[in-house]
Amino acid sequence: MLLRHTPKQITERQALTINPAKTCQPVGAMYAALGIHRCMPHSHGSQGCCAYHRSSLTRHYNDPIISGTSSFSEGASVFGGQANLLEAFVNIFSLYNPDIIAVNTTCLSEVIGDDLTQMIRKGYDENKIPAGKIVIHANTPSFTGSHVTGFANMTRAMVKYFAKSGGKGKNGTVNLIPSFIEPSDMEEIKRLAHEMDVRFIMYPDTCGVVNSPLDGRYRLYPNGGCRKEQIIASGDSHTTLALGHLGAQPAATLLDTQCKVPFETIDLPIGIAATDRFIETLRNVAGVSVTETIQQERGQFVDALCDMAQYTYGKKVSLVGDPDILVPMAEFCSSIGMKVLHAVTGTPPAKYPFEERIKAVAGEHVIVKAGQQSDMFLFHQLLQNDKPDILMGNTYCKYIARDMDIPLLRIGFPIYDRIGHSYEPVMGYKGGLSLFIKLLNTLMDRIDRDAEEENFELIM
Amino acid sequence: MTETIDLPVSGETFRDNVTKNYSNKLAKKRKKQIIVNQIGCADEVPEILANTRTAPGILTMRGCAYAGCKGVVLGPTRDILQIVHGPIGCSFYAWLTRRNKTKPRSAEAANYMPYCLSTDLQEDEIVFGGEKKLMAAIDEAVAMFHPKAIGIFATCPVGLIGDDVHAVARAAEEKYPDVNIFGFSCEGYKGVSQSAGHHIANNKVFTDVVGQLETPKEGQYRLNILGEYNIGGDAFEIERIAEACGLTVHSTFSGNSEYEEFASAHTADLNVVMCHRSINYLAEMMEKKYGIPWFKVNFIGVHPTAKSFRKIAQYYGDQALIDRTEAFIKAELAEAEKVRAEVYERCQGKTAMLFVGGSRAHHYQDLLREIGIKTIAAGYEFAHRDDYEGRKVLPDIIVDADSRNIEELSVAPDETRYSPRISEERKKQDEAGGFTYNDYRGMMPEMPVGSLVIDDCNHHELEALIDYYKPDLVCAGIKEKYIVQKRGIPMKQLHSYDYMGPFAGFRGAVNFYREIDRLLNCNVFRFAKAPWDNSPQLAATYVSK
Repeated sequence: MLLRHTPKQITERQALTINPAKTCQPVGAMYAALGIHRCMPHSHGSQGCCAYHRSSLTRHYNDPIISGTSSFSEGASVFGGQANLLEAFVNIFSLYNPDIIAVNTTCLSEVIGDDLTQMIRKGYDENKIPAGKIVIHANTPSFTGSHVTGFANMTRAMVKYFAKSGGKGKNGTVNLIPSFIEPSDMEEIKRLAHEMDVRFIMYPDTCGVVNSPLDGRYRLYPNGGCRKEQIIASGDSHTTLALGHLGAQPAATLLDTQCKVPFETIDLPIGIAATDRFIETLRNVAGVSVTETIQQERGQFVDALCDMAQYTYGKKVSLVGDPDILVPMAEFCSSIGMKVLHAVTGTPPAKYPFEERIKAVAGEHVIVKAGQQSDMFLFHQLLQNDKPDILMGNTYCKYIARDMDIPLLRIGFPIYDRIGHSYEPVMGYKGGLSLFIKLLNTLMDRIDRDAEEENFELIM
Repeated sequence: MTETIDLPVSGETFRDNVTKNYSNKLAKKRKKQIIVNQIGCADEVPEILANTRTAPGILTMRGCAYAGCKGVVLGPTRDILQIVHGPIGCSFYAWLTRRNKTKPRSAEAANYMPYCLSTDLQEDEIVFGGEKKLMAAIDEAVAMFHPKAIGIFATCPVGLIGDDVHAVARAAEEKYPDVNIFGFSCEGYKGVSQSAGHHIANNKVFTDVVGQLETPKEGQYRLNILGEYNIGGDAFEIERIAEACGLTVHSTFSGNSEYEEFASAHTADLNVVMCHRSINYLAEMMEKKYGIPWFKVNFIGVHPTAKSFRKIAQYYGDQALIDRTEAFIKAELAEAEKVRAEVYERCQGKTAMLFVGGSRAHHYQDLLREIGIKTIAAGYEFAHRDDYEGRKVLPDIIVDADSRNIEELSVAPDETRYSPRISEERKKQDEAGGFTYNDYRGMMPEMPVGSLVIDDCNHHELEALIDYYKPDLVCAGIKEKYIVQKRGIPMKQLHSYDYMGPFAGFRGAVNFYREIDRLLNCNVFRFAKAPWDNSPQLAATYVSK
């Protein structure tokens, strides 16, 4: 057994987190910052934070992930990181020439109380930031929230620094703000909006940035990412759709306060019902109709569900990951007749009624754990007490899956051992169909593997 | 036998051009870190500036002291329960990400490597102090895992708020006298790179672990292998060879290792050092305290492996051991040669660049040379001058403020356990015959004259190197990997290899030959350019209607 020390008996822990079902804010902030075109993320802290975040995202995407670091020494930790940050501005603009630097703080700079607003002002005053260039920042100490809130905070910083009301009233554009999701899903959401002829602005938008092509040329700033002008213009949009309560809503809320753009928060479009809600909301706020193509895609998804739900009906599933994904995922699983046993996240849900939502979409029986000590060690213990037929979560779940001989469907962050998440969406109807097919294949490969010879079937 | 290389653009021109966009101050500094290699008599090489701060804002390859301490040195050991005291990220990123393999002795034996433990500090604890939570975490960990030993790792905020991990460790040890509990002050801001963390790890392992148990392993020729982390199974292969030669690996620091092996490591007869940078401190301190001699080895490449095992056999001086080693080497070399010769045909004349950690940028040049690949530029991510120029420069290294805050232990011979394994006389005699102890020649004396040696190479410089010299292969870390590959140039990640291994020893060398052969010759990178990229359309043609 790889996880031989995980006992079935659950004892309550108050101090020790084991095998976390979350990571820290800055990695989410770095990922979000990559979703602005020609933006250099910058980690204001020790070199290690930046190295770890870049490595983690690089392994997840198999693509170059860039970010500067303030390379704090012991001296900087005592005297403050201002000199380091100002020097970093000079070096970054002269060597890498980004349009924007997006600074995220770390526990280190937060603990010593570095005032980023003041330091950035000083950067402009002392011409360390060249004319026409912009520096934004988000406070992302690792001792609060998780990678999801880090993503939300950096997205919120985009609103704070860029979004403006032109004063000419609201135009017909819809802002689409995603939670911490894959570039493939951002792409799919954009495709659906295009398909319905909705004028929209999406940010952050990492497609094309972290899933860039290999064509013999390295681009420090790939072609993707939301343009700064669009983020500015998002202050004049008609409505914002925040896709995710923890990862997206904070930016939408600020956009409302700052530029009077009303918002609606909806679930990420995973599965039929959540995608229906997304399409319905988008249709209503944009005043457009659902196209034939989308009808067709929906119909195909439903067709597949009706053809094959016998293989998912009654199957027990356990979920671990981020709240914004877990809620619609639990709803989807439940809607195709699966029984959701567990939903575990390390991300503290703050004011979001995560547990209530999970129970509302998947039933009162679901064991829901969130926040500190709601980790994969506890998840594994829960599974030992009530074994599911399939488990969904990130790469680290493979240790549990192997020990318990449960099939694993990889979803979430990080995925270090398979590819696909960069390219194949799980959201929207098409993405949902592909998710359903993956789910079926995982379950049906198991049936084939385990069937007695006399029950082994050609046709399924 | 000094190799010389003629670069199409001289190294000096490269250095001048690549530093043009830097500020004057930075350019001046970087020019001391970008060296065109020369070798004079007695391994005389130019001085290089190393182990110095990276300028803020530079896209650096470097990490932090915590990564060097917890990630590199302690991470690979399986039964010291490791609790990271700090917010969640630090522990999360060091969770199984370095591909250190381990093989517990039985299905029941302790193996904590798949576990990631953290105090997951929250804002309140940052404000009011986290020591109580750390103590509670130790209580919970002891109750759950019943470990023999616990290591506690301090992260940046912990150092800043003044939590004393050592005091907590002492208090916990009083509470749990059967558990050896020790802390590492490896806050990420210490030093200038991972290197500070190696030193911190060495110190604590030396003071709190080595010498705790008097349980020597059975065996006639018992040695410790220092600085081998079993990435991709390298230590497994080295163990295989050692065993076949008749040696007993008492402990490996720290690949595929156990607490008890560390704790009784002072009973071995010899220390051999693989990664000089990360562990030379421990070798030196063990010699001073216990009288165990050490010398440098290199298990990367069939010839360095053969040479190293011959040297070990020679150290023990037993003819039977020497004969057995020779016979084994002969058989293994013959086996490896079949693949090497074939791969050599396809790879010879190609060029490579290596920018890796503390020894690999040096050692892997041998392996590449075996298949005819020339290294035109190389450098370390976190080395000191002695790793480049050889240990002879140690007395000349100026200790700056960043290094001064890493404790240098003063070590004296142990009153009862100091026992020189070889006499001074024998040592002198060996050395007169060309056998070296306590030495490392460094990377530069073994690199071609005219090649570039670059310390702490960064993104900007790596890009320029590729533009200027168009290498066939680049070896560096995961952060650099795809930057290189987008350009259609294969890149071998040499920190954790990403996949595959072992690459050490004889079988490892064969794996590496095959892997490089695949990267260079059966290579999918040829699709990088589409057919139409090189043939611009000459005239418009209507194809529709």
